[in-house]
Formats: sequence, C-alpha cells, structure tokens
Amino acid sequence: MADLMTNVGGITSPNPFWLASAPPTNSGYQVQRAFEAGWGGAVWKTLGDPIINTTSRFAAVSYNGQRVAGFNNIELITDRPLEVNLKEIYETKKRFPDHAIIASLMMEPKRERWHELVKRVEQVGVDGLELNFGCPHGMAERGMGAASGQVPELVEKQTYWVKEVATTPVIVKLTPNITDITATAEAAVRGGADSISLINTINSLAGVDIHTWNTIPNVDGKGAHGGYCGPAVKPIALNMVAECARNANVNVPISGIGGISNWQDAVEFMLMGASGVQVCTQAMHHGFRIVEDMIEGLNLYLDEKGLSSVSELTGQSVKRYSNWGDLNLNHQIVAEINNDVCINCNKCHIACEDTAHQCIDMLKDEYGNPILRVREEECVGCNLCSIVCPVDGAINMVEKLNDRPPMSWNERERVITSLTASKSS
Amino acid sequence: MNVLNRLKENFSEVEQALSKQEAVEESNRCLYCYDAPCITACPTGIDIPSFIQKISSDNVYGSARTIMEANPVGASCARVCPTEELCEGACVLNHSTTPIMIGKLQRYATDWAKHNEKVLFKRGKPIDRSIGIIGGGPAGLSCARELAVQGYSVTIYEANEEAGGLDTYGIVSFRLPKAVSRWEVEQVEELGVEIQTNCKVGVDVSFDEIQSKHDSIVLAIGMGEVPNLHLPGETLEGVHDAIQLVKSTKKDDLPEPLVGKAGVVIGAGNTAIDGATCAVRLGAEQVQILYRRTSEEMTAYDFEYEFAKQDGVEFRWLTMPVHIHGNDEGKVTSIECMKMELQEPGEDGRRRVQPIEGSNFTIEVDFVIKAIGQNRYLELLNEIGVDHVNGVVRVEEGRFKTSLNDVYACGDVTFGEGHGEAMVVTAAEQGKQTAYRIHEHLQGQARTFA
Repeated sequence: MADLMTNVGGITSPNPFWLASAPPTNSGYQVQRAFEAGWGGAVWKTLGDPIINTTSRFAAVSYNGQRVAGFNNIELITDRPLEVNLKEIYETKKRFPDHAIIASLMMEPKRERWHELVKRVEQVGVDGLELNFGCPHGMAERGMGAASGQVPELVEKQTYWVKEVATTPVIVKLTPNITDITATAEAAVRGGADSISLINTINSLAGVDIHTWNTIPNVDGKGAHGGYCGPAVKPIALNMVAECARNANVNVPISGIGGISNWQDAVEFMLMGASGVQVCTQAMHHGFRIVEDMIEGLNLYLDEKGLSSVSELTGQSVKRYSNWGDLNLNHQIVAEINNDVCINCNKCHIACEDTAHQCIDMLKDEYGNPILRVREEECVGCNLCSIVCPVDGAINMVEKLNDRPPMSWNERERVITSLTASKSS
Repeated sequence: MNVLNRLKENFSEVEQALSKQEAVEESNRCLYCYDAPCITACPTGIDIPSFIQKISSDNVYGSARTIMEANPVGASCARVCPTEELCEGACVLNHSTTPIMIGKLQRYATDWAKHNEKVLFKRGKPIDRSIGIIGGGPAGLSCARELAVQGYSVTIYEANEEAGGLDTYGIVSFRLPKAVSRWEVEQVEELGVEIQTNCKVGVDVSFDEIQSKHDSIVLAIGMGEVPNLHLPGETLEGVHDAIQLVKSTKKDDLPEPLVGKAGVVIGAGNTAIDGATCAVRLGAEQVQILYRRTSEEMTAYDFEYEFAKQDGVEFRWLTMPVHIHGNDEGKVTSIECMKMELQEPGEDGRRRVQPIEGSNFTIEVDFVIKAIGQNRYLELLNEIGVDHVNGVVRVEEGRFKTSLNDVYACGDVTFGEGHGEAMVVTAAEQGKQTAYRIHEHLQGQARTFA
C-alpha cells in the first residue's frame, strides 16, 4: 500500500480527501461522522458574522435521467453561533487529532475584524484557515466572498491581514467567476497565502420550471443566482487548477476542488497540480461512505503505477498542458472502426455526416452485412465519432505517420517571420 | 371473493406496465441510432428511436402519435408483437448489453394517450369517394384509418358485436385487454368511419349490395373457426373450439368455469397456447397440450411456450389423438392417442412423424380443446366470386388487388399458402398499404369537396 499522507501547504492529513466547506461540514456531529468514515480532512462550514438562510436552497440538474449531474445552492455561510462552532471544532479535533480541520472564514474587508476572527478561531486548535473569497451568492452582495475575491487587490490585502496574525497555514479559496483566475491566485500568493484552493462555485441558475415559470430553486416565487458545482463543473475546475499550476508566479500548493466524484477524478486533479482535493457534491448525493472507495481505488492505482506516495502524482501532467500555439500541427490521427466490435448504431456516421467532416460511409460487406468505414484521407481526427460511439473499442483514434517534422503554429510563425526578414534584408 | 370473481382476476393483464420513471429511464438507455435496424424490423416501420426519444423528453403525446401514425393498432401490437423476433431482436444493444424494451415503451406511450383520451388524428378534407371494408380487424381498421385521414368516406362491415377482430376476440385478455382494442376502434370511428356491427356479409347484407354502394371494396375478413379434427367423438359435449373459447373469455361474463377439471388441447400453435392458458385460468386443474411432433416443430412463439409452462400447462410431444370417447350422456370422458416416432425430414424440412403400431393409450379428460389452425370463409369467397386458393384470396403482389375490379384484400384472408406471416402487425401494414393503393387508383378520378 502506498503512503496516502498528504501535505497541502503545511496542513497534513492521513489521505488527500477533504470535505469542502459546505453543508456536509456544518457541525461537529457531521465532521466526526465523516472522519469515522475515513475522510482525511474537513474544511468547516464558513464562519463569519451571523446570517439568515432561506428555504429552499438547493437545486440540481439531471441529464438524461442521471441525477445531480450539476448542483446549485443559494445557502449562505454557517447560520450557527460562532461559539457553538468553535466548541465543536475543539471537541472534534480532540477526538481526531490526526485529521485535518481547517476553518473556512469570511469577513467584511476590514483588518481589525479579520484579526479578531482569526485569533478566536485559532485558539480552539484548527490545523489551518481557508479564506472564503469565492462564495458567489448572497454574501457577495454584501461585499464579501466572491465580491472581494474578484478584485486581486482585495484578495492580496485581506490575505496579508490574515497572515499578520495567523499562526496556522492559510489557504485562499478562489472564485471561478473571473476572467483569469491566475490574477487572483497571484494576488493571494503576493499576500502571503500558504496555498490556494479552487474552484468555488460558479454563478448559476439551475433552471426554470416550464409549467409555473418559477426559477429553480425559488423562494416564495423569486429566485437569485446560486453557485454551481458537481460533476458538470469538473472540466472548468480542472482547467483553472492547471492554469494556476503552470503559472510560475503561483508557486504555492493547490487544493483541488470542483466536481471530484471518485478517486479517478482526484488523480486527475493531482496530476494537474493539486496536492490534495476537496469534495462536496458527491458526498451530498451519496453520503460520507463514498470515501471508502476513493481511498481504496487510489491506493490500488498507486500500487499499479508503482508509486510509493500519493504526493508523487502532484503535477505530473502540468508540463503537458500548454498553449494552443505550441501544439504540433503536423501530428495526425484518424478514426479506425473495428467492425467486429461495432454494433451498427450508425451514430458515428450521422455525427460525422451532419456535424463534422462527412467521412464515415455506411456500406455493406461482401456478405451484405452493414459496415461502417472511415475515408481516412478526409478524416481530420476530430474524435467526434469515437466520442458518440456507445461501445468501447469500436472506434479507435490511431496515429497516422507522416514524414513531416513536428511544427507548432508558434514555430511556423517564427519561421515565416525569419524568412520574410531574410528576404527583405 | 367468489369463484367467478377470483377467476376474473386471472384474465386481467399479466404484464405489468412501466411506471413513468421506468419508462423514462429505459428511454434514456436508447442509443437513438441513425437508420435504426428496429425501424426496418417493424413491419409497420414505426420510427422507434423517435417515439422513444419523445418519451424521454416528456412529449408522450408526440410519442403516441408517432406510434399510431405508423401503426393504427399500435397499442395492441405493443402487447402482442413477437418483439424479440422483430424490433427488440434487431436492437443493436443485443450486441453490447440488453435490448431496449421497445414493446413496453410503446405500451407506455399508447396507454398514456388512451388514458388521457387524446385525439391523435383528424379526418382529411372530404373526398367524394366511398370505400367499403368487410371486416373490422387489424387490417380493416388500419385500412379505414388511412383512407379516412385522406378524406374518403369509409364504411366497415363487421360481423361481430364489436370491431377489432382478432385483437378484440382472438387474443386472450390477460395479454391484450379488450379495452385496448376498443380504444383503437374508437380512434378510427372518431375519424368519421362508419362501423356497421353485427353485419355479416352474405347473411345480413349481400356482397352485391355493398359493391353497389362503394367505389372500392376491401376484403379484410380474416379467418374462421377451428376446422374439424375428423375424429370420432368430435361433437361430444366438452369438445371446444380454441378460438370460440378465447372469444367467450373476452365477454363481460366469463364462460362456465372449468374448476377442478382436466383436459387436453390439440395442436401446438399460438392458438393452442391461448386455449390451454385460458383453460388454466378458468380453473382447470390439469391441462395437457397434445402435439404429434416435438417442441422443435411447434409453431408457437418461444415466449408463448414459456408462458404456458409458467401457467402449469403440460406438453405431450409425439402424441396423436385418434378417438374422443364419451359417456351415455354425450359428454366427453377420455381421449385415445397414439405415440408417434420421428422420421426423415419431409419436403418442408420438418421431420415427418409416423404412428407407432399398438401404442394406443387413453387420457381421462373432462374437456378437449381443438386448436389445429383456422378455417377459411370459402362460402363467402365463392359467393363473391373472387379468385382464391383453398380460401386464401389471391392478390397482386404489393398491390392488394384481387381478381375482381375495385376489390382489394389484405390481412389474414391473404395469408397462408406461402404468402406472408399471420401477425397483427403485418395485417396492420397491409391495411395501410391497401389504403395507399386505393388512393393511388382513385386519386385520378376523385375530386375534393370545395
């Protein structure tokens, strides 16, 4: 068994699976149940000034009958008194000294108030702090959460204030509701963050009820935007994590968040630069017990790959993530249909015919059986056919060797520029 | 609960309907193939991926319309089609996981339309041409529907109390409740088709009279009763015709129960299964199917065979009845049979059978059900003077024209003698095609009302 011990910017936990700051970490009872189930850490539901929540609060998006493909919430930070939360944090930490408890904090952008909150929270023995600069709804209207998280100067300043008094590591949680997340990530680093976590939820409206014309969810007939998370946001989160990981100025560890539903997702985030991950929606969908498979699956995967520590995964794929202009334009792949596996649903044909490059023919073989064939010379290797194919192994994208040397757009531009220059000289 | 009520429950539909959630989940499993083989495998060419997709998007009205547009008896077919040999057998998922439950989804959509009393089609702009259809079974109804949609004036002459034919009277109600067939009949009636019930052509009205009233005639008379066995004792009390037995169970009141009785069914086609399972559900204690060949040669569908076995029906292969014995009161008491042995295959590829000398044995019975095929309406056909071979009306391939001018034929009356296969769905398709041929023929002559 590999070593799953994780260290995210100075915060250690027995495994990389933390519960994100959200409803699952609302109370000591819940966090203790989570630790009993095997979770390595928990970021406590955000502490701050008292708030009042609405009913209802959540909504989810189903896709073709698959429930909770995406999840949307308009719940605010904790609605329990600070002293109650602190007492339960203390008790939980005492029971689970080896598990990571991180307090998520949100405060109006005032230095004294941040100092006051940090000091009170650190007194009960948390392992670290996570600054909630990401929550996109409700609190943002009061200048907190995403509202301050969208302004790099505010991120930097508030991080700095926290670091002035904090004795435990500080994570800055970033909002994705911004054009370039590396701008705020850099600001967090400048402010002294020990690590960053991303992404928080994305501005969203889960739906509109086509019969009542109400928003989903609605509160007494009115709706407001919420924060979107769950499996649907994973690609967005993964890109943002990767963008931060490959940015030289963001030189702090990353806690990956966004649609992580199983150990495979976790591996992907770690390969793209995360040192650990945070999970919420999957736990809300199925309960804390899902972590058992996450731990086991990750362990078996690491053994299979011959890795002795989970930390060896971190960042392995980052160097493979680059700019479009650096991609090799002379690399060619084409679709190859395996008619022995193909079940003749013809989805590849119609997808290619209607929406791609018209290069998959529906033909008959010598016995009159239907077969599909790719006209390789027309195939641009777009992958669409293999994406819509419902059967594994029926369509393979195979490399087509050519005699052209690798050449990216940027290299091509450079060559053209140098040629033009030499011509004009 | 009294015995009759308990037995009545035996005749309610066996197959459970899909719940909305089950239907949506199953519909989401459909791949929505392009040029889908299930469509090709459906004799009526229902756009199956499309109707399934409409279930998943909660457009159940559109789904039912897609089904019924292609197949005017689509609600019945959802229940009686041998789907594993047709659409579901062709489903590409047979090659990867499990096929989509197309029949059950079709039932879900059509049940919805029936339950919600939806009007799916409208009569076309009236055309001053009139068509008379003899027989209101699947073929006749289907033909009538397509003609009415075009705007023709259509009259169906139906010998029975109700239209629907085989669907109404011939298919056991625990597989196809009468209400389903009745709904399909109503759909056709709502298009302005006149259905004259209890009107037997040749008895209540002459063919000539009908011919004089209409521009075209369609013979969709199906088939008749079970032929004679030509065995001694055939007329004894307790000897039933399977078709009649099934018909009697589709009335509001059940026939006399067979509680505690034992009997045999002669034959091994789908009608024999129907006769046997009806007898079981009427309370019979023991029901044996006697067949002179083996399960290999049996013509009943596999699922029917399975169903009968589940019902506790016993099968006695290589057994040929030779004599039905009765008592002084004229009631059947036993059936004498001979054992058969298999020989070399005959011309039709089926192995021939030969009785074994001296193998006679007797089975004590209270009833005997005959199910060895169906008679043809020879008398009527001869009266009409249409060309036929042993009661199978000859039609021009694909044109459904008979030897008589402006007289068409479709459905069971044209099946047999190597032409086509007797399935409800095939009859429905033939009815549709006949309507199109009639329309093509009359189009030149007809004018629409201004």
